[in-house]
Amino acid sequence: MAFQIIWFVLWGVLWAVYFMLDGFDFGAGMLYNFISADETEKRIVTHTIAPVWNGNEVWLITAGGATFAAFPTTYALMFSYLYSALLLVLFSLIVRGVSLEFREKSDSPAWKKGWDIGIFLGSFLPALLFGVAFGNIFHGLPMDADGYHGSLLSLLNPYGLLTGALFVLLFLVHGAIYLAVKTSGGLAEKAAGLANKIWVVLLVVAVAFLAYTYFATNLYANYFSTYVLLIVPVLAVLSLLAIRLFAAKGQYLKSFFASCLTIVMVTSTGVIGLYPNLIPSSLDPNHSLTIFNSSSSVYTLKIMTVVALIFVPIVIAYQIWTYRVFRQKTTPLDIAAEKESY
Amino acid sequence: MDALALSRLQFAVTSMFHFIFVPLTLGLSILVAYMESRYVRTADETYLRMTKFWGKLFLINFALGIVTGITMEFQFGMNWAEYSKYVGDIFGAPLAIEATVAFFLESTFIGLWVFGWNKLSKRAHAVSIWLVAVATNLSALWILLANGWMQHPVGYTLRNNRAEMTDFVALVTNSYGWLKFFHTLLSGYVIAAFFVMGISAYHLLKRNDLNFFRRSFRTAATFGLLSSILIFLVGDFHAAEVAKTQPTKFAAMESVWETKQGADYNLIVVPDPANERNSVEAIGIPKLMSFLAFGNAQAEVKGLKEFTPAERPPLLPTFISFRLMIISGVLFVLLTIIAFFASRGDTLDSRTTLLTIMLYALPLPYLAAQFGWIVAEVGRQPWIVYGVLKTSDAVSKAVSPAQVWASLIGFTFLYGFLAVVDIYLLTKTAKKGPDSDLSAIIKTARTQEV
Ligand code: HDD
Ligand code: HEM
Ligand code: HEM
Repeated sequence: MAFQIIWFVLWGVLWAVYFMLDGFDFGAGMLYNFISADETEKRIVTHTIAPVWNGNEVWLITAGGATFAAFPTTYALMFSYLYSALLLVLFSLIVRGVSLEFREKSDSPAWKKGWDIGIFLGSFLPALLFGVAFGNIFHGLPMDADGYHGSLLSLLNPYGLLTGALFVLLFLVHGAIYLAVKTSGGLAEKAAGLANKIWVVLLVVAVAFLAYTYFATNLYANYFSTYVLLIVPVLAVLSLLAIRLFAAKGQYLKSFFASCLTIVMVTSTGVIGLYPNLIPSSLDPNHSLTIFNSSSSVYTLKIMTVVALIFVPIVIAYQIWTYRVFRQKTTPLDIAAEKESY
Repeated sequence: MDALALSRLQFAVTSMFHFIFVPLTLGLSILVAYMESRYVRTADETYLRMTKFWGKLFLINFALGIVTGITMEFQFGMNWAEYSKYVGDIFGAPLAIEATVAFFLESTFIGLWVFGWNKLSKRAHAVSIWLVAVATNLSALWILLANGWMQHPVGYTLRNNRAEMTDFVALVTNSYGWLKFFHTLLSGYVIAAFFVMGISAYHLLKRNDLNFFRRSFRTAATFGLLSSILIFLVGDFHAAEVAKTQPTKFAAMESVWETKQGADYNLIVVPDPANERNSVEAIGIPKLMSFLAFGNAQAEVKGLKEFTPAERPPLLPTFISFRLMIISGVLFVLLTIIAFFASRGDTLDSRTTLLTIMLYALPLPYLAAQFGWIVAEVGRQPWIVYGVLKTSDAVSKAVSPAQVWASLIGFTFLYGFLAVVDIYLLTKTAKKGPDSDLSAIIKTARTQEV
């Protein structure tokens, strides 16, 4: 019993950290074409994420692997039910990866233009689709004893799309503030200005999301039965406000930490609401996938717990260290010096 | 085609594509790390230029290894949901461990290596690429223990309608997985050695930068010779393990129809599967097959007729791929012996025949490795987990043929496009040769020392 709960918590943490980290890559990637005035600024923007995006993406791979190891039935059904949506995510992530890696490999303008489109699509589509997918999971998938009754189009229902919009906006603000921290001069000002504007839209959509969630899902049931849990959505709202407060004072690093916290708390709000389901069924609660009816054996969960307890802290330690090595702002000088390091 | 056939085709396409990039990463990461260590030790600038040049090629390849890898991680759930449900208790664990233990390490330190030239000390910078090399090799261990379990399942019991793990230690010490690990690593080392020798030969033939490419060639020839000899030896143990654990695959690899004691090894065999016999068997070496497979010249080798046709793997792809892999293995030992001795003296750049051969030999180890996977995977059919689960029972039920058609077409276009870009970039970078402008490189390398 207890091990399923440990893995449920870890499952939520992996997704939350993934969105927190790759979220600013997606945000920077979506803004990239619109925010940079010239080639140097473009290269500055890609350089702010180039050293870390791959390490961030591995949180997704680990979230996938952990779902497989701890809740194989959920892994199997979620991935095969959402086949077409996941395929699009996959193609977009492939495109983003190669676009970031190959853009600098030639000086031809056509070459660069092509990869610029790749960076945008490869950042926008996963942000949107992860939101749509999670919205549908919060809502529940149409599944029963005969399997799945949905399609790619049925995923694009209003609640799914609203969650998609929420994710896109969260990541846009997150990425804009990241750029405000990591760059300087006009670029940083533009990023900060955009963050402020998009934040207003985000606030509206977030409120709409919280309200719609009440009608479209069962997520609030756990909160109404255990009031202390409410601290998580409350923290989500407070940190969302804090983003703007710090940004207004020009304290972008603090603002960035606030937006990290927002993403973690928003994800946690959804995940806590799901418990004990991983994927609720919208047709028949008896066919929901719960952490108990879809988990691995306790033996496997124990082994995986030991592995996670040893290695996840090590990973966190060296990733933090890496962020410290690259903590300085990216400047035109770095771009000139690094021409050769590609 | 039904969803099963399409999913099989898609798995074969995506995994074989992934495995174009994976082995070069396994071997070249070690060679580049070695070059950088030499630079740190000796302060000899040629080693720095070698690190940079081969490192650039390494990175182009690495990018594709990574993006094609994400597909691998997702598609067990997408296309093989019944499989994932049935064996997830065991199979998911090594995959999750691979990500936690290896992928994080590799992806984090590759960022440090690429962008850390003037942020880290020389030594710390060299340590980063060593960590990348260790991590990629470690990732191979876990994925091959997973694959090794499919080939030879151990440490499990059938319970609750699925296979559940009962003994993690058995999974981790599965000799089949370890043989796979060493054999596959070595295939990557052979590929990397031929890659470096081939490109060096190209430049030596053009008489570019002789000192640089002579040294690169020599390093690779040594590495290649060791790896080629070892892969040959490990391959023999591997075949013996197959004979012990998967008699149907072994019979298909060697095209043996009749069960026999003291079986001969025929150098020339032409199978005739329609009539369940071999139309030609020539140059037999008495009892060698029994000896190689079981270490005992009198041992019994099972023939395919011992099994019903439904239990047998497709004979021709298994047999032909195995023969071609062995022929390549022998050829690589011969070529690397010659290359090794030729690279010792100062006459390497005048040996134009050898250099031309080495240039055109570059793709051969890639082919050998693909043949190896065909032997391992096609030869395992009709099982997805040998003796436990049939491939036909493993495919997703919720996925329609139309969906798999769409994804297969999508993958074909996307991967085809990636292949074109990759080949373009690799040839462009390889032909351009190393930067002669040492000052720029050294400046970036030196700023860190203050
Ligand atoms: C699930 C674990 C698994 C792992 C780790 C691998 N394979 Fe595999 N392979 C399968 C599971 C599998 C499979 C699901 O069992 C397939 C798909 C359909 C089939 O017939 O077997 C298969 C088929 C398959 C085929 C075609 C066989 C056929 O259609 O009859 C090839 C050539 C490969 N694989 C090659 C690879 C390569 C290059 C791998 C490493 C990157 C690899 N396999 C790892
Ligand atoms: C079929 C199962 C496989 C799965 C699920 C899988 C999964 C992955 C994933 C998700 C990545 C990307 C990691 C990143 O982003 O850093 C990756 C890369 C890699 N994989 Fe695989 N893989 C498979 C087969 C193999 C095999 C058989 C080997 C080697 C023997 C291998 C060796 C590697 C290596 C060395 C990398 C590093 C990237 C590169 O090649 O450049 N993989 N794999
Ligand atoms: C000449 C000696 C060789 C022998 C006797 C040999 C033997 C084998 C055997 C028996 C298998 C099948 C294992 C299984 O079914 O699980 C295999 C697989 C494989 N071989 Fe070889 N091999 C040789 C040379 C090579 C060479 C030169 C390469 C590549 C450069 C190579 C690459 C591979 C790969 C990638 C696999 C699939 C992974 C695995 O099963 O280990 N082999 N080999």
